[in-house]
Amino acid sequence: MPAGTSPSKLAPLVFTVKERGAFRLHALDADALAAGLTPGMPLADARARVPTLHARPHDPAGETRLLERLADLCDRFTPMIEIAPPDGLLLDITGCAHLFGGETALARDALRLMRAQGLRTRAVRAATPEAALALARLDDTLRAGAMGDEAAVRRLPLIALRAETEALLALRRAGFATIGDLADLPPAPLAARFGAELVDVRDRLLGRLDSRIAPRRPPPPIHVERRFAEPVVHVETVLAALDELLALACRQLAERHQGGRRFAARLYRSDGAMRDLAVETGQPVREPALVLRLLRERIEALADPLDPGFGFDLVRLAVPVVETLGAAQAALNGERAQDADVAALLDRLAARLGPGCLRRFVPRDTHLPERAARLVPHGQEAQAALTWATPPPGEPPLRPLALLDPPERVEAVAQVPDGPPRQFRWRGALHRIARQEGPERIAPEWWRRPEGHAGNPGLTRDYYRVEDESGRRFWLFRHGLYERETAQPHWYVHGLFA
Amino acid sequence: MSKTSRLHPALKRALTSATPPAHAAARLHPLGVPAIDRTLGGGLAAGHLHELFAGDGADEANTLAAAVMLALCLTRVATPAPAILWLRETAAQRKAGLHGPGLADLGLNPARLILCLLPDTAALLRAGVDALRCAGLGAVVLELGGNPALLDLTASRRLALAAEASGVTPLLVRTRGARPTPSAARTRWQVTAAPSVALAADAPGHPALTLALLRQRGGGAGLDWTVEWNRDAGCFRPAAFPGARLPLSGGGSGPSSDEADGSDDNAGWHIAV
Repeated sequence: MPAGTSPSKLAPLVFTVKERGAFRLHALDADALAAGLTPGMPLADARARVPTLHARPHDPAGETRLLERLADLCDRFTPMIEIAPPDGLLLDITGCAHLFGGETALARDALRLMRAQGLRTRAVRAATPEAALALARLDDTLRAGAMGDEAAVRRLPLIALRAETEALLALRRAGFATIGDLADLPPAPLAARFGAELVDVRDRLLGRLDSRIAPRRPPPPIHVERRFAEPVVHVETVLAALDELLALACRQLAERHQGGRRFAARLYRSDGAMRDLAVETGQPVREPALVLRLLRERIEALADPLDPGFGFDLVRLAVPVVETLGAAQAALNGERAQDADVAALLDRLAARLGPGCLRRFVPRDTHLPERAARLVPHGQEAQAALTWATPPPGEPPLRPLALLDPPERVEAVAQVPDGPPRQFRWRGALHRIARQEGPERIAPEWWRRPEGHAGNPGLTRDYYRVEDESGRRFWLFRHGLYERETAQPHWYVHGLFA
Repeated sequence: MSKTSRLHPALKRALTSATPPAHAAARLHPLGVPAIDRTLGGGLAAGHLHELFAGDGADEANTLAAAVMLALCLTRVATPAPAILWLRETAAQRKAGLHGPGLADLGLNPARLILCLLPDTAALLRAGVDALRCAGLGAVVLELGGNPALLDLTASRRLALAAEASGVTPLLVRTRGARPTPSAARTRWQVTAAPSVALAADAPGHPALTLALLRQRGGGAGLDWTVEWNRDAGCFRPAAFPGARLPLSGGGSGPSSDEADGSDDNAGWHIAV
C-alpha cells in the first residue's frame, strides 16, 4: 500500500530509486497506480506512458522521520506504538479504547488525524499485530477501522506470510493460493516441508499464537494526562493543568516511595503539533511546586516561545526516570533543608541554562597537567573513582590556579639551552625571573599513542615554577629535551599561580 | 491587635524586641592579619557584598586566588564545609580555566566547588541573585570581566539585598580592565601580586598578595597590606620582609637536624630579617 502523499491533483507522483544504473519507480501515489504504473518499472517507461509524471528521488531518511512524527502524533491514543517500515504504524490499543468511546471511534479519530496531515491511510483492527498489518496492506475490502476477523485473514493472499520469494513460489506450486488454504493443515508436515517459521507466521496471522508489539519507547513508570473539552489557548491554564497533573504524579510517587529524576511534559496542539518540555533534577523529588517552578524556568528559557496556536487539547506528564525516595525528615539543625536548598537551586539553574552549565571537578589518574582534572557536568561527579589528595602541609602551591589551554608560546631566554629560564616575553610584556624552581620533568604518555614508544612518543616537558621581579608567578615549560629530542626547544606558559 | 494588647507588658516587650535571625547581624570572619581585621572591625562580614578588582591585566590569577582565599576564610568555621558556587562566563573559563589541583593547592577541596558557566552578564547576574537566596551555600563568587553596563548600582544592590536576607556572602570578582563604579559593596579591594618569601634554593614561596582596601562602607579605607596565604591554617598572615628565606618544611631539601650539629649552619634557614 504505497502512501500517497500528494494532495494535489495536478500530476501523478512517484518516488524513484537508482537500481542497476536506471531509475525505477519505488513508491507511487494513487493516481499513478490508477494510470497503470507499478513499482519496479523503469522511470523512462513510466514517463512514456504518463508524460505528466512527477518524479522525485526516494528519501528513506525523510520517510523514517515522517513515520516517527506520525508515531508521535498517535502517542495520544496509546503509549505502545511500533513503527512498521516502510509505511505502517502498529498501535496496541488494549485498555485504551474506552477513553475514546470504543475501538471504532478510536480508529476513526486516528484516520481523521492522519487526514489532517494530508495523508491517505487505512486503519484495521485485528487480534494480532501481524494480522492487522497484513489486512491493512493487502485487503482493501474492509471498511475503515473495521475489525479484521479470521475470515478476512483467510481471504488474504500468500504474500501476507512475508516469506522468501522461493518459499512463496514453492507454496504456489503446491497449489496454495490464500492463507485459508494453509489454515487447517496440520503443522508437522507443513513445518517439515516449508520450515517451522512459516507455521509460526501462519498461526500469528490467524491469532492462534499470541504476539506483542515492541513499542518504540517503553512506557514510562508513571504517566498522567489531562484532556481539555475545548482547546486551551492560555499558557497559564496549561500550567494550571500541569500543576494538577504534577500533584497526581507526585501522589503516585509517594505511594511507591519514589521520587522523579526527570519529568517530561508533552503538550498536544489541536492541529497535531506537539511541544515537549523536560526538566531534570539532581535529587529525586516529588514536590509538585518545585517541579512546576522548574517547568516555568524551562518555558521562560525556550528559544521560541510556547505557541498555543488554536489551542492545546491534551497535556500529558510522564516521569520516565524514578528513584527510591523515602519520607523526608528534617534534622533539628536544619542541615538537610540546606542541602535540599542547594539541590533545588542547581536544578533551577540547570533547567534555565541547560544541564551543561554546572560543572564539577573530578581528578584523574594521570600526571599530564591538562588531563589531571576533568570538568564533568554536575551530577556525574559521584561516579569518580579517585578523590582529591590534600597537599602536604607547608608546601607552596605546586600547580597553578589558572591553566591556559592550549599553553601559550613565549620567547624565553635561558643561560644554557637545557637550564632554567632567565627571562621571557609573554603577551608583549617582558618578565625578568627573580626566583625559580625546577625542572619538574613530565614525560609524555607514550602508552596512549597508537604506536607506543616505538613510534613518536611525544616530547618531554620540563616545568619551572618561576616568579618575576614584580611578584607574579608562572608555570613555564620547555617542550622537548635539548639535543635529545629536539634541536630548538620552545617555551610555553601553561599556568598562572596566585 | 486586641489580643496582643492583653499580653503581659514584659512578654510584649520581649516579643517586639525579638532578636533578628542570626544571619541578619553581620557575622565577622577574621582574615588572620590583625591590622586588616582591626580596620574591618573584626573581620570580613558575611552576608555582604565584597568586590575584588584586579590591579592589572596580569593580576587576574591573583584576584581569582584572593576570591578563593576569602571564600575559605568565610567558610572556615562551618561544618560540614558548605559548597562554594563560582559563576563564570564561558569565555573566561575557555581562556584561563580554573584548575582543580591548583584549587586543592590553595586549600579548597575542588569537590566543594560548583562551577557554573554562563553565556553572558545578564544570565550571570540573574543566576547570582538566585544563588544568593539559597542559604545552603558557603559563598558565591561572581566573576565579571570589563565594565558591563548591566552591572550598575541597582544590580549590585539587588545582590547585596539577597545576600543580607540569606547570609550567603557574594564575592564580586572584576577582571579584564574593570574600573570601580558606584556599588552597594561593603568593601572594595584591589589585588596585586607581591614578591613571595623565597624558600630554599631560591624557589618561589607561598602565595603573596598586596590587598588594598579601596573603600569600606562605614569604615576606614585607603590602606594596603602585603599578606601571605597560609593554606594549612586557612587564613592570611602578614608577609615577611621580601627577600627573607624560610626553610622548607618536612626537611625534604633543607639540611637535616641530625646532620647539622652546629646550630650556626641552621641559622641561615630561618627568617633573616
